[in-house]
Amino acid sequence: MTTIQLPSPGALPDTIEGRPASDNYLTHTRGILSWIFTLDHKRIGVMYMWSVLGAFLLGGTFALLLRTELLTPGPTITDSADTYNQWFTLHGAIMVFLVIIPSIPAALGNIILPIMLGAKDVAFPRLNLFSYYLWVTGAVLCVVSLAMGGFDTGWTFYTPYSTTTTAGGVIPVLTAAFVLGFSSIFTGLNFIVTVHKLRPPGMTWFRMPLFLWAIYATAIIQVLATPVLGITLLLLIVERTVNIGIFNPSMGGDPVLYQHFFWFYSHPAVYIMILPAMGIISEIIAINSHRAIFGYRLIAFSSIAIAFFSFIVWGHHMFTSGQSALMNTLFSAISFSVAIPSAVKVFNWIATLYKGSVSLTTPMWYALSFLFLFTIGGLTGLHLATLSTDVHLHDTYFVVAHFHYVMMGSALIGMIGGLHHWWPKIFGRMYDERLGTIACWIIFIGFNVTFFTQFMLGSQGMPRRYYDYQPEFQVYHVISTIGSYIMAVGFTLTAISLFGSFFNGKKAPANPWGGRSLEWQCASPPPFDNFAKAPRVGDCYDFSVVHWDPKLGGYRVDESNDPEVNPAAQGTKAAH
Amino acid sequence: MAHQVSHSAGAHAGSHAGEVHPEVGHVVPIKYLVGAGAALLVLTVITVAVRYIDLGEANLALALAIAVVKATIVALIFMHLRWDRPFNLLVLIGSIVFVGIMLAFSAMDVHQNSATMFNGNPPEAETVMQANAPGAPVAQFRSTNGGVGDTN
Amino acid sequence: MSQTIANTHTTHADQAHGHDDHAHGHDPHVAHHFDSMAQQFDSAKLGIWLFLATEILFFGGLFVAYAILRMRNPEVFSYASHYLDTIMGGINTCVLILSSLTMALAVRCAQTNRRGGLIVCLVLTFMGAIGFLVIKYFEYTHKFHDNLVWGSSFYVPPHDAEGHAEAMALKTAPVAATAIVVKDPTLFAIPDLAAKPAVDVSAVKSASVGPSGMARANGTPAPEQAAAPAPGKLEEAHPGTHLEDTKLPPNTHLFFAIYYCMTGLHGIHVVAGMGIIAWLTWRAVRGDFSSKNFTAVDTGGLYWHIVDLIWIFLFPLFYLIH
Repeated sequence: MTTIQLPSPGALPDTIEGRPASDNYLTHTRGILSWIFTLDHKRIGVMYMWSVLGAFLLGGTFALLLRTELLTPGPTITDSADTYNQWFTLHGAIMVFLVIIPSIPAALGNIILPIMLGAKDVAFPRLNLFSYYLWVTGAVLCVVSLAMGGFDTGWTFYTPYSTTTTAGGVIPVLTAAFVLGFSSIFTGLNFIVTVHKLRPPGMTWFRMPLFLWAIYATAIIQVLATPVLGITLLLLIVERTVNIGIFNPSMGGDPVLYQHFFWFYSHPAVYIMILPAMGIISEIIAINSHRAIFGYRLIAFSSIAIAFFSFIVWGHHMFTSGQSALMNTLFSAISFSVAIPSAVKVFNWIATLYKGSVSLTTPMWYALSFLFLFTIGGLTGLHLATLSTDVHLHDTYFVVAHFHYVMMGSALIGMIGGLHHWWPKIFGRMYDERLGTIACWIIFIGFNVTFFTQFMLGSQGMPRRYYDYQPEFQVYHVISTIGSYIMAVGFTLTAISLFGSFFNGKKAPANPWGGRSLEWQCASPPPFDNFAKAPRVGDCYDFSVVHWDPKLGGYRVDESNDPEVNPAAQGTKAAH
Repeated sequence: MAHQVSHSAGAHAGSHAGEVHPEVGHVVPIKYLVGAGAALLVLTVITVAVRYIDLGEANLALALAIAVVKATIVALIFMHLRWDRPFNLLVLIGSIVFVGIMLAFSAMDVHQNSATMFNGNPPEAETVMQANAPGAPVAQFRSTNGGVGDTN
Repeated sequence: MSQTIANTHTTHADQAHGHDDHAHGHDPHVAHHFDSMAQQFDSAKLGIWLFLATEILFFGGLFVAYAILRMRNPEVFSYASHYLDTIMGGINTCVLILSSLTMALAVRCAQTNRRGGLIVCLVLTFMGAIGFLVIKYFEYTHKFHDNLVWGSSFYVPPHDAEGHAEAMALKTAPVAATAIVVKDPTLFAIPDLAAKPAVDVSAVKSASVGPSGMARANGTPAPEQAAAPAPGKLEEAHPGTHLEDTKLPPNTHLFFAIYYCMTGLHGIHVVAGMGIIAWLTWRAVRGDFSSKNFTAVDTGGLYWHIVDLIWIFLFPLFYLIH
């Protein structure tokens, strides 16, 4: 028995699942209030998406200001080193707390996760909306802190500087990060419950698409690590307002304790950023290779393994903070072991590509960029986990380049790739694929020009966060800045290709890439409550039943040969 | 995962004649609840009493052991975990394990920085003491760290 | 927050849904995106348990800070613990345990359709919360009176007549005025001291963290010199306060810093719990709860138990140090 009605070949159907084909979550209700008070996960996800992209624009603007300032030694566009400090702090804080952490789970995850799972919504729709407004509150507080004099602590808020600096905006930004933390916790909590309790019959754990495994692993980190950030920031606020002295050495407190607390969250936070991107890459690579993902269980388990390991490696941020040799050795060794599950994923992706019939779509180009950039970012992480080299490289541009390869080259590229992958699903429009591909190439080139140069800068001793530098570094800084401009062009083209789809994009079919998971079996854009009846769940990586249908302009899942669907076909499928 | 476990399986434990049974969840018998409350009160008295007996290091261990027993009673009886889905118990235990991980690694190095820490009262406290309580016993030296920091 | 979790089952009425095709026969207590009561109840339970896990990690940070501070300064903790009132702490523990018991009974009443019992139990739980906070209030005011507080203010003599006079005298002394390190004048409980000119604390910070840790800022005397006050001065000091105790270990203020942080955060949770219990009581009076719909009481109860559970650890860690 099939519960998914396949569109009859020939003409586009007037009704899908008993309602007009034009009725979808975007048109179901109208008016601004229907968005502000919506409890629909897709709308909340779309609001997250626009907000996060807006914050990305802001954070990116600060990045361009930074790079422009570094074109020449000494003053270039500002004569105040303090202003420069505020810029890089803002760039870091915005990109980490407002952009990368919520980008994939809260924006794309919210839209896609319940549909992929076959659920009508997330488990707690009100909590979902509440967490979005927490995000908004956090963003507003960031702006308030700017108005109150900004902050120059770096995104890490290290004590005792953060408790003694005269910058006026420190407390609002600490509150902002605190609030954003709770937004992230509630998103994660929602997803864990959704994955546990709202799977329809047939969606077993090992039938879940790998994106869901990645989001689930991420949610575990969000729930377990983020509260520690909350209490740390709360202590910092109390420290700064009433001087309790717990982190203050001149009061007998322990500033290293702050670093332990901060990195107990912020190292796992790195995996909050990268794990969902890995999930997206698993989806894009499998679908565009039209081939079952290689090592499904290994990729799924490696997500959980990375989530677990992420909690016991935080000390590698503190190799130069006066840790004992024993601690340093332990943390160094455990940090190396994170390479194992990460490499498991990379090898499985490459094995999936091998002998697949690869379609070089725009999302696929992003996935391939991810493979290159993540490999570079991951392997340079080993340099930093090695104790002796870290002492040389600590707090240099090498570190900056390393984490930009992971945070931006991997997490953000994964996010943009996912955006291209699901854009037709979310808005029902195809974008200009040629422009999208060109933009991807420009971003890829610009990214490497910007950040590969910084590896060289760092290994030659250029410290991070400096306003001024020795003239011999200038050539690298100029190249890096030019790279950042190239990237800006690339992102502009991406925006043009995506936004252009609203004006001249052709209508997207339900399944433009040949996906097999549930979201591709639902209309584009999806109807208001996703599935009128619980959908039938098949093997989401069995692409043998996915066929190109020129009449639809997309792919069609034909399960008529599947004995589970059609008992008469027992004989033909038995060979499998 | 937990879908296969039926809630009603454990529900009969709370059976009383003529009592309404909810469709979901578990009704804990009154004797369990009152018993748990009484046990918690008794343990509170014991833990206060133990404070006045000098057991050296064992004092802390004993106080914490009693606290763990009390917490277990609260979690299993009051919070229904004895009859609840095992995964919820796993969530509770998991969160405690992660606090343990944080504690273990942070505490490993606790005396590492002693040599660079202030002996006696820290300067900020000391200046206040000097200004406000001239008779106060400022800056006593710690004898416990073996004079490690006493390099001057 | 737990309200938000507990409340999801009322979502149903909030929006007009276009799903009449499957809405018939749907339990009115079950939200549209759940298939059954059991699924919704399990989701709410898992949700609240995950929230409690975040609470445990939230407090966990403070417990770790406590442990680190105690390992660093064991003498401070065994000394300062005696300033806390074990009897009051013990009574408070019992009050919380009893209110936990009434909360558990409230859940039972809701499950078994006893509306009267539910309201009585919730009111008793609420009274327990108030009792806890009243006792806590007396403890705090007593400590504030003796100036057993956090931070630098710990070293200001208690606000009695004699100390006040002394503080007044000091205020006019030029040496004392410059020696005081005040980042935020409001951190001093005594208004007279707040009037003193503030010195930027960053000056102390940068200069005082030398490799040996012994460098002093602003030419403040090193501890060796300051360590030996004139013997006569000790007899002049007012007896009975912590500052006159010759056995006062250095860094004692840290005990009170972490004490106020942990009990304060716990107190905030008690206040939040009171809000939840009040809301539950209101809904119980309205007649919302029954054996078919008690999820909110159950989840609210779990939150209240975790507040009790954390206090069970706070009590021995602060009040019962031998």
